[in-house]
Amino acid sequence: MKKIFLSFGLIVALALFATFSRRNIGVGADRFLTSNISVFGGTPTSEPVVPQPTTSVVSTPRSNTIIRHGDDEEEGSVVITTPTPASTPASTPASTPASAPTTTQTGKYKNGTYTGSVADAYYGNIQVQAVIRGGRLADVVFLQYPNDRSTSIEINTQAMPYLKSEAIQIQGANVNIVSGATDSSIAFRQSMGAALSKALN
Amino acid sequence: MGMPITIEIVDSSATPDSLEKVFKYFEHVDEKFSTYKDTSEIMSINRGELKESEWSDEMREVFKLSEELKQATNGYFDIKKPDGSRDPSGLVKGWSIRNAAKILEKDGFKNFYVDASGDIEVSGRNAEGEKWSVGIRNPFNRDQIVKVVYLDGEETRGMATSGTYIRGQHIYNPHQAGPLEDIVSLTVVGPNVFEADKFATPAFAMGREGIYFIEKQPNLEGYMIDKDGIGTETTGFDKYTKNA
Repeated sequence: MKKIFLSFGLIVALALFATFSRRNIGVGADRFLTSNISVFGGTPTSEPVVPQPTTSVVSTPRSNTIIRHGDDEEEGSVVITTPTPASTPASTPASTPASAPTTTQTGKYKNGTYTGSVADAYYGNIQVQAVIRGGRLADVVFLQYPNDRSTSIEINTQAMPYLKSEAIQIQGANVNIVSGATDSSIAFRQSMGAALSKALN
Repeated sequence: MGMPITIEIVDSSATPDSLEKVFKYFEHVDEKFSTYKDTSEIMSINRGELKESEWSDEMREVFKLSEELKQATNGYFDIKKPDGSRDPSGLVKGWSIRNAAKILEKDGFKNFYVDASGDIEVSGRNAEGEKWSVGIRNPFNRDQIVKVVYLDGEETRGMATSGTYIRGQHIYNPHQAGPLEDIVSLTVVGPNVFEADKFATPAFAMGREGIYFIEKQPNLEGYMIDKDGIGTETTGFDKYTKNA
């Protein structure tokens, strides 16, 4: 009964919102799977169902603001800088995009197989192994994955096209939907980071 | 850790029941595929309690799709664990969102979206009659958007983002960063959320090379953000960044 009330309440709230902000009236609602453990991993919490807006309104943007990471020794430090136009990377071919492919004679890494540390992916462990061939990352092997999968993938980095790069900028647009991130990525990257640290020349 | 689901139907014929049906579908998927529920079908199969002839059609379909993805990713994606048990969670997410959208289509709705944990499938247009706009979160500040993608809701309906984020008080620590923590976000846009999602995780796992992996896929476009706040697009990505 409570569930029906809650979702009805959300519908009413949304309908009111829709009435005042749009021509058409549709319906929308949010649900948070808390009582059951999600099929997508994780343990249940006792968080209440929190209505989330179906339309995200972004706060007033600061132009050209990028959060950069500080160089000082303190853990967890974040430095926010506003780059001047001269220092903002341009997205023209004349500039050097940060992630353009390069053909190098000596690779960044020493050839071999390096094992990363075991990282906590919140609902399981992740541990990866990096295989370096020709100085570059050629293969990734999962030694541990939530539910202990062992997987690998061959990375073919031949003949890469030029891809446009530029500094990210805060957008002022109101958007209908927001696309987010997932948890297991963090642990994967911690483990892979450790593996590749060992492989560095 | 639950999974937040948001559904919006623009068509005026929609009712609360229309939504309830889709939420019920997600609960059904959870009951069947959750590896955290002893009573789920997948756990019964893993315990050897069900003969193959007793597997449900949905389970068979997921296993078949998993095998296809395993081939497509050279074995990287594999639902089978060393002990022989299976965990299809990585595939079920995009698959179930796609199916939820199909339920709405079958019920005659043309303009809607389904968002589960930031993986999205859209159809038609938004309430203003314009393309659905989807913001990509700033990986360094979840309250900000750094890129807006416009999905036409016809040929392009799916979007998935893999990435890291600043969670609670745990701020990204540069001293723990390794070489493959070079990228912090990867977004994939495609014909539907299942296509987008199934390649988003392997591509993200490749670090800087991942965007090239997406570039090679003929029906996908992508956007990567690295740890220095540099965004890189696949060559066709810019057709999605204009609301035209």
